[in-house]
Amino acid sequence: MTEQRTPLLETVDLKKYFKVGDKSFLHAVDGINMKVYAGETVGVVGESGCGKSTLGRTILRLIEPTSGQILYNGDDITKYNPRQMKKMRQELQIIFQDPYASLDPRKSVVEIIAEYMIINKTLPTKREIYNRAARLMDVVGLARRYATAYPHELDGGRRQRIGIARALSVNPKFIVCDEPVSALDVSIQAQILNLLMDLQDDMNLTYMFVTHDLSVVKHISDNIMVMYLGQCLEFASSDELFEKPIHPYTQALLSAIPEPDIAMRNKEIKVIKGEVVSPIDPKPGCRFAARCEHCHERCLQEAPVLKEIEPGHMVACHLCDK
Amino acid sequence: MNNTEKMLDIKNLSVIYKTDLETVYAVNDVSLSLEKGATLGLVGETGAGKTTLALTLMRLLPERTGKVTNGSITFEGDSIVDLPEARMRKIRGDKIAMIFQDPMTSLNPVLTVGDQIAEALIVHNEKGLTKEQIDARVDETLTLVGIPPARKNDYPHQFSGGMRQRVVIAIALSCEPDLLIADEPTTALDVTIQAQVLMMIRDLRDRLGTSMIMITHDLGIVAQTCDNVAVMYAGEIIEVGTAEDIFTKSVHHPYTDGLFASLPNLKSKTARLQPIAGLMPDPTNLPKGCKFAPRCTKCMDICKEVPPEVFTDGTHSIRCHLYCQGKED
Repeated sequence: MTEQRTPLLETVDLKKYFKVGDKSFLHAVDGINMKVYAGETVGVVGESGCGKSTLGRTILRLIEPTSGQILYNGDDITKYNPRQMKKMRQELQIIFQDPYASLDPRKSVVEIIAEYMIINKTLPTKREIYNRAARLMDVVGLARRYATAYPHELDGGRRQRIGIARALSVNPKFIVCDEPVSALDVSIQAQILNLLMDLQDDMNLTYMFVTHDLSVVKHISDNIMVMYLGQCLEFASSDELFEKPIHPYTQALLSAIPEPDIAMRNKEIKVIKGEVVSPIDPKPGCRFAARCEHCHERCLQEAPVLKEIEPGHMVACHLCDK
Repeated sequence: MNNTEKMLDIKNLSVIYKTDLETVYAVNDVSLSLEKGATLGLVGETGAGKTTLALTLMRLLPERTGKVTNGSITFEGDSIVDLPEARMRKIRGDKIAMIFQDPMTSLNPVLTVGDQIAEALIVHNEKGLTKEQIDARVDETLTLVGIPPARKNDYPHQFSGGMRQRVVIAIALSCEPDLLIADEPTTALDVTIQAQVLMMIRDLRDRLGTSMIMITHDLGIVAQTCDNVAVMYAGEIIEVGTAEDIFTKSVHHPYTDGLFASLPNLKSKTARLQPIAGLMPDPTNLPKGCKFAPRCTKCMDICKEVPPEVFTDGTHSIRCHLYCQGKED
């Protein structure tokens, strides 16, 4: 079925290593293969430092990948020159995590929304650009009276709406949402999630939704990728992942969510010990081995490969070989 | 209702921020009490007045603008509101400690984390600890929160967000306070680290008998850790009760219902969330009647005119006309 289509975006063995010191490398993104089909939402979950934001930014080439390919509609955009890339960026947009830091404090709301259109000259006159910016404010549910306000006058939810309007201004097809709701209150978070889902339906957008909030990712995603230290440990449809998590890390992640249900109060939380180990020159073997309760000899020597164990459900763990 | 068991008793507290231009009514007529060893969850959105309430308990309101206009706070027999600053300084950090929300800004960037933890111990050094004992205590506290003591000579920027939050928690715990105010202690953390930190806080509470006020907007955390829950909206407590009252009873303030409906559910697949429409009212210009009336789906005529009374059923209190009217019928 879906396998026949060309994915809108595909990464092939995408790697991003950051040089640390003289000889060491930080493996932020380490061999990610992912396919995102048009109109879908892929959620990327993982703890801070697992490389999920770097992955999002590398896909947009805001950070240059170390190796690997990024195929957009089958075309490798890592080979694009800056001019081609600038054009491509109109189709690939990003909504940033922090609505407080990602807006220019010296520009008014309408100027912020218009900026990308002015840079890309998407419309012939300034007047048309500002008119479109005003219409975008309606689309994202910002009252037009805020057009001349500055970001510091607005609350987090409204600022995030500006960020969304700005991303939409150049008619993108693919949007990386880098933790767009983690800085917001629950009731505002729900408003923004609904807005993102409505926009997806209206404009046939494709999202890569990066977050650490598992209940949000379940709500919005079709497929979910669980990342750990730059690698994908498990990839499955959202329902499947929550019903039948296979990788020990995924199981621990799901069990760690505090549920708003008092009956679950004394449930045994599978607290995984320790923290993410350093991503600088990681040891061979499974990256999760140090924290895994099922860790055995083989896990320390040989890195598990991502295998499809059920249609659409991929896991990288030696336990699955038994 | 034995008053001796209450370690903290807040009565009719109102706090304003007053500037030349406007007056912000941050906390309005709040009454709460906390028993020894109990944990109170304070739930509400940004701007509900949760943090202002916490700062008032610590007497850390901004000097020029923040004012307590009414009410009293009694902590272990002392009236916090009128205490001289010198006495207050003894209590603050020692008896009442606070875990601040933002680990990125609440640490001093030019001091090592070890020095910052030691600072509290040196200031409140009533037992006359020697330098070595303080050093040992710093190591102990760091181990307690899961940071290798070897890292005490590192500076905050060398730590990740989760680790920094642990440092902040370590500072708060270093003096073994009687009351711990945790202002969104895990908001900036990952779930697995959050689970560790919550387990750690729970464990410390059980072991040391620390009372706690857990300020959060995460109802999941409240369900897992709190004995009592107070829901705040626009500076008022609109619903208060035991955790059972809030999570299992069907009668709620419409705002509490709205909060629950805004949460993505892990068990069932919901197509759309049902957020509460609109935003929190401007605290400089609060509605005349019920503060929630403009956003309420069950708003009646009376709600716009008259502030609702508190309807109480056992341990469960709701400030809403819906239930007060039912009582009259």
